[in-house]
Amino acid sequence: MDIRLYMAQRLSALVMAPLVLGHIAVMIYAVQSGITTAEILGRTQGSILWFLFYGTFVLAVSVHAAVGVRVILNEWLGIKGNTLNLLSWAIGIGLLLLGGRAVLAVTFL
Amino acid sequence: MEVKAEFLNVTVSRGSGDGVYQEAFQVPAYDNQTVLDVVSWIQQNVDPTLTYRFACRVGMCGSCAMMVNGQPRWTCRTHVKKVSTNQKLKIEPLRNLPVIKDLVADMDPFFGKWVEAEGVHHPTRTRYEPIEQIDPQDAARTTANEGIECINCAVCYAACDTVTNNADYLGPAALQRAWTVYNDVKDADKSAILDAVSGKGGCHSCHSIGSCTHYCPNELNPMQAIAGLKRATSKSFFKKGR
Repeated sequence: MDIRLYMAQRLSALVMAPLVLGHIAVMIYAVQSGITTAEILGRTQGSILWFLFYGTFVLAVSVHAAVGVRVILNEWLGIKGNTLNLLSWAIGIGLLLLGGRAVLAVTFL
Repeated sequence: MEVKAEFLNVTVSRGSGDGVYQEAFQVPAYDNQTVLDVVSWIQQNVDPTLTYRFACRVGMCGSCAMMVNGQPRWTCRTHVKKVSTNQKLKIEPLRNLPVIKDLVADMDPFFGKWVEAEGVHHPTRTRYEPIEQIDPQDAARTTANEGIECINCAVCYAACDTVTNNADYLGPAALQRAWTVYNDVKDADKSAILDAVSGKGGCHSCHSIGSCTHYCPNELNPMQAIAGLKRATSKSFFKKGR
C-alpha cells in the first residue's frame, strides 16, 4: 500500500461514514410504522437527492473495498504485480456496476 | 551462584535452509540465569559448533535477539524464570529473517530497509560552520528523543505480522528511525524521508497491530512513530498532491 492507495481508502471512508449513519437513521425513521416496497420506490423514484446520496455511497464503497481487498489478496494469498492490479480494478469496477445498477433501479429506471 | 539439582529442557533450532532441525539439550538450572546464559552453556559444555550471536551482554548492542518460546526477546536481558514454562525453553533464530546457521539470522534485509527508509542524516551545515544550538525542550526534539534509544536488535521486526506477510514492508525499526530523523531539527531533507516512506512497502502498509511496541525491549513505541509518519505524509499529500 502506497500513499495514493492509503489516501484513496481513508478519504473514501471519510465519505462513507456520514452516509452510513444517514442511511441507518432514515431506515429507522422510515420503517417505524411498517413500509412497503411501493412506498419506498414512491419516495426514491425520480429523486435526484437519493440518487446522489446512494450514488456517492456506491462510489466510495467501490474505492474503499477494492483497496481493502487488494491488501488482503497481497498479504494472505501473496498475489502481486499486474495480477493484483487487475483483480483490484475488477473488484472496484464490479462493485461500481452492481451498486450503480441498484441505485439507478430505485431512482430513475 | 547456587546450582539447583534440576535441569532445563531446552530445544534449540539448528542448521539452515532445508536442513533445519530441532535439537534437545539438558541444561543445569540456576537461580539467576538468562536465556543467553543457557545458549552459552550449551556451546561451552556440550556442542562448540552451536552458532549464535552476542556481544555486550548488557542490553546495549542489540545482537543477541532470538525467538524464545515463540516470542522475540533480547536474550541477554531475559531471565529464564520469566519466560519458561515447566522448565522448558524453545530457542530459535529471529522470525522474518533468513537463517545463516543455527540461531544466527541474516540481518541484511533488516539493515537494508533502514537505508531504504532514508533513516540517514541530511546535514543542514558543513563542518566549517558553527554547531547549531538545539533547544532540548523543543517539541520536535522531544519527539525525536523518544526513538533514539533503538539498539537495532530487530525484535520488533521479528514480532511484526505485517513484515511476515508483506516482503516489501520496511518494518517498525526502519520507520521509527525515519520518524526520528524527520523530527531532527538538524535534518535538511525531510521531503526525501517522506518520499522514502510513502512507497509500496512504506508506513501506510502498517496495520497498527502493535506487536512492535509490545515487544520492544527498550520500551520504545514504533507504532506511534509510524502513526506520526502517516500524519506527516498525509499532510504533505494535501500540500503537494503526492
